[in-house]
Amino acid sequence: MASENMESLVNRRYEHGFVTDIETETFPPGLDEGVVRAISARKNEPKFMLEWRLQAYRQWLEMREPTWAHVHYPQIKFNEISYFAAPKSDDDRPKSLDEVDPKLLETYEKLGIPLHERARLAGVAVDAVFDSVSVATTFKEKLYEAGVIFCPFSEAVREHPELIKKYLGSVVPRRDNFYAALNSAVFSDGSFVYIPKGVRCPMELSTYFRINAANTGQFERTLIIADEGSHVSYLEGCTAPMRDENQLHAAVVELVALEDAEIKYSTVQNWYPGDENGVGGIYNFVTKRGDCRGANSKISWTQVETGSAITWKYPSCILRGANSVGEFYSVAVVNNMQQADTGTKMIHIGPNTRSTIVSKGISAGKAQNVYRGLVRIMPQAHGARNHTQCDSLLIGSECGAHTFPYMEIKNPSAKVEHEATTSKISADQLFYCRQRGLSEEDAVNMIVNGFCKEVFKELPMEFAVEAQALLNVSLEGAVG
Amino acid sequence: MLEIKNLKTRIGDTEILRGLTLSVQAGEVHAIMGPNGSGKSTLALVIAGHDDYVVTDGTVTYNGKNLLDLEPEERAREGVFLGFQYPVEIPGVNNAYLLKAAVNAKRRHNGQGEVDAFEFLKLAREKMAALGMDPKLLNRGINEGFSGGEKKRNEVLQMTMLEPSLAILDETDSGLDIDALKAVAKGINTLRSPDRAIVLITHYQRLLDYVQPDFVHVLSEGRIVRSGDKSLALELEDKGYDWVREAASA
Repeated sequence: MASENMESLVNRRYEHGFVTDIETETFPPGLDEGVVRAISARKNEPKFMLEWRLQAYRQWLEMREPTWAHVHYPQIKFNEISYFAAPKSDDDRPKSLDEVDPKLLETYEKLGIPLHERARLAGVAVDAVFDSVSVATTFKEKLYEAGVIFCPFSEAVREHPELIKKYLGSVVPRRDNFYAALNSAVFSDGSFVYIPKGVRCPMELSTYFRINAANTGQFERTLIIADEGSHVSYLEGCTAPMRDENQLHAAVVELVALEDAEIKYSTVQNWYPGDENGVGGIYNFVTKRGDCRGANSKISWTQVETGSAITWKYPSCILRGANSVGEFYSVAVVNNMQQADTGTKMIHIGPNTRSTIVSKGISAGKAQNVYRGLVRIMPQAHGARNHTQCDSLLIGSECGAHTFPYMEIKNPSAKVEHEATTSKISADQLFYCRQRGLSEEDAVNMIVNGFCKEVFKELPMEFAVEAQALLNVSLEGAVG
Repeated sequence: MLEIKNLKTRIGDTEILRGLTLSVQAGEVHAIMGPNGSGKSTLALVIAGHDDYVVTDGTVTYNGKNLLDLEPEERAREGVFLGFQYPVEIPGVNNAYLLKAAVNAKRRHNGQGEVDAFEFLKLAREKMAALGMDPKLLNRGINEGFSGGEKKRNEVLQMTMLEPSLAILDETDSGLDIDALKAVAKGINTLRSPDRAIVLITHYQRLLDYVQPDFVHVLSEGRIVRSGDKSLALELEDKGYDWVREAASA
C-alpha cells in the first residue's frame, strides 16, 4: 500500500494561489546604474544611501552566482527581472488600517491573516510589506513610548540615518555574496528595529512579506539592533500568490546584539513552491546573519520553511562577545519538486561561546532537502561548545535528504557534538494510526508534528499554531 | 455482528485464506487458534482493512454493512479494533496524543463532541492503573522503547479507552509474563458485555484460562477446520496441531 498511496497523497494545491488586482507601478525589466538611482530617488533617499547602493551594484557586477548548493534551476536572467514594484498610491499612503485598500485587507483575510484582529488579539505590531512598500503600521505609539523604533526600512534611512550608517552592512557586508550584493544595490524595503539600552520590547514584532506582482524580484532589507541589555522577539511570515514565472527573492537580514542583549527571530515561510511538476515557484536566496557583538548576548533563529521552489538560506550567528549564545531551530519541509539547501553557520570567536543547532528536514514527493551547516571554532574561542542535532524524515520513496555538516575546530578546548538521524514514515505506522480511527492525512500530520515539536516549542505561541497548520497544508496529499 | 463467508485472500501470489467462514455474534468471545502460517494474523489484518491483502472471493459483513467497502479508519470508527501482534513504534508522537485523537475520531463519527482534556487524562490514568501501567508511558513516544509487555498493555489500554464493538486481539498474550498476562486478561474481561464481541487470536491455551471463550476455532491452511467450546483448546494443548491437520485431511 505504502508507496502507491504515498505518491497519491503528494497532490496538494497551494491555498494562497491568487493574485490581487491592485494597480502596481513597476519599473521596466533590467538592471543598470540608472535603475539603482531610480529606486533611490523614488524613496527620497539621502545621498549616502545612493552611494552605498551604487558601490554594491558595482561590486555585484564583478561577482558570480554561487553554484555550490545542492539545487538545480535554469540560469536566472537578471535583466528580465523588474527591480521595483509598489502599490500606486504611494504619495497618500494610509495612516491607519482603515485607510488601507480593502482589496489588500481581503488578501490578508484569504491568507488567514486578519491583520486588525490578529494584531489586537495577539498584541503584535505589524509592519505589513505588500510588494515592496509598507502600507500599514500598528502599535507604533506604544512602541514609541518604550523608545523602540520599528518602521519601514526606507523610513529609517530618512529618519535615523546615523543608525543606518553605523550598522547597515556591518553584519552582512555588501560583497558578502552574490545575492547580498544584489540586494544591497536594489533593496526595496523591509523593516528596521532599534531597541534602546535596557528595554524589553513590550510586544512581539511581526512583519508579513508578500510577493504579488509577476516577475518582480523582491529584495527585502531588514536590520535589527538590540542595544545593551535589551530584548526583542521578531516574527516574520510570508506567502505569495500563484505564478508561472519564477520569482527571485533575495533578502538580507542583519541582526546586531550588543552586550547582554537578546534577539529572537522567528520565520514562517510559505512562498509559492511551484506546482507538482516544478513549474513556477519562488527562488528564495536569502542571507540572514546575526552578530552577537557584545558579551553575554544571545541570538536565536527559529524557522519553519515550507514554501519556495528553491530555498538557499543559512541564518547564522557570529559569536563574537564572550559567553554569547547562538541558536538555530529549523523545520524545512519540501514536497513535490521543491529543493531546499538550508542550515546555519555558528562562528565561535569569543571565549565560552555556546551554540545549539536543531534541524528537522522533511522530504516528500520528489523533493530534495539539504542540511548544510558550519561550526567554526576560532583559535581564541576557549571553552566554546556546540551541539548539533540534525534529523531527516522521509515520506515516500522518491525524495531525498542530504546532510553536509562542516566543522572547523581550531581550539583544543572546544566541545562539539553532532547527532544525526534519518527515518521514514512507514506504511505500518500509518496503518496503525488508521486502525485507531485517524485518517491517513491526520496520521501523517501527527507524525510530522511530533517530529518537529522540538522546534515548534521555540516559536511564540500564536506562531506555533500557525506553523503547525501550515505544515499540515504543505504535506496535504503527501501520503495517500 | 460479524459474518465472514467463504473468504479468500492473497498477498502477492500467495493464497492465504482459502474459503474461511466464521460467524461472531454480540456478547460472544471467540478464540482462534492454529499453527504458524495458518492465516490467523491475515484474518485479523483483512478485517481491519490492511490493503496488502487482496480479497479474491467471499464476503465480510459487519453489523449488516459490507466491511470490505470501508477504509481502515472507517472500520475503526465503526467500532472495529485490532490489537496488533507487533505494535509499531512511532517516535516523537506522544502516546496520549494518539489515544486522544483516536477517541475523538470515534466520538466525532458518532456525532459526539470531543472529549474534555481533563476528563480524558483522568480516564486514561484510571485505565492505566487497572492495567498496572506506569502513567509515564502516556507521555512517551508511541510504543517508543516500550518493553514487549508494555506494548501489549498499551494495546489493551487503547482498546479499553475506545470501547470497540468488535475487538480482535492478535496474540496479545504472547511474550507476557504471568503478571502481565493476568493484567491483560483483566482488561479484556472488563470489556465483555452483551453488545460487544471479542476475538482472541492465540497460540496458547494459557490466556483462555483467564478469558473464558464461548467458542474455539482451529485455523489450518486458511480454513477453519474445527470449532468447539473451551474443551477444544484443552484438547489442542494436549494433542498438538498435527492432530487437527490429520483430522482435517481425514
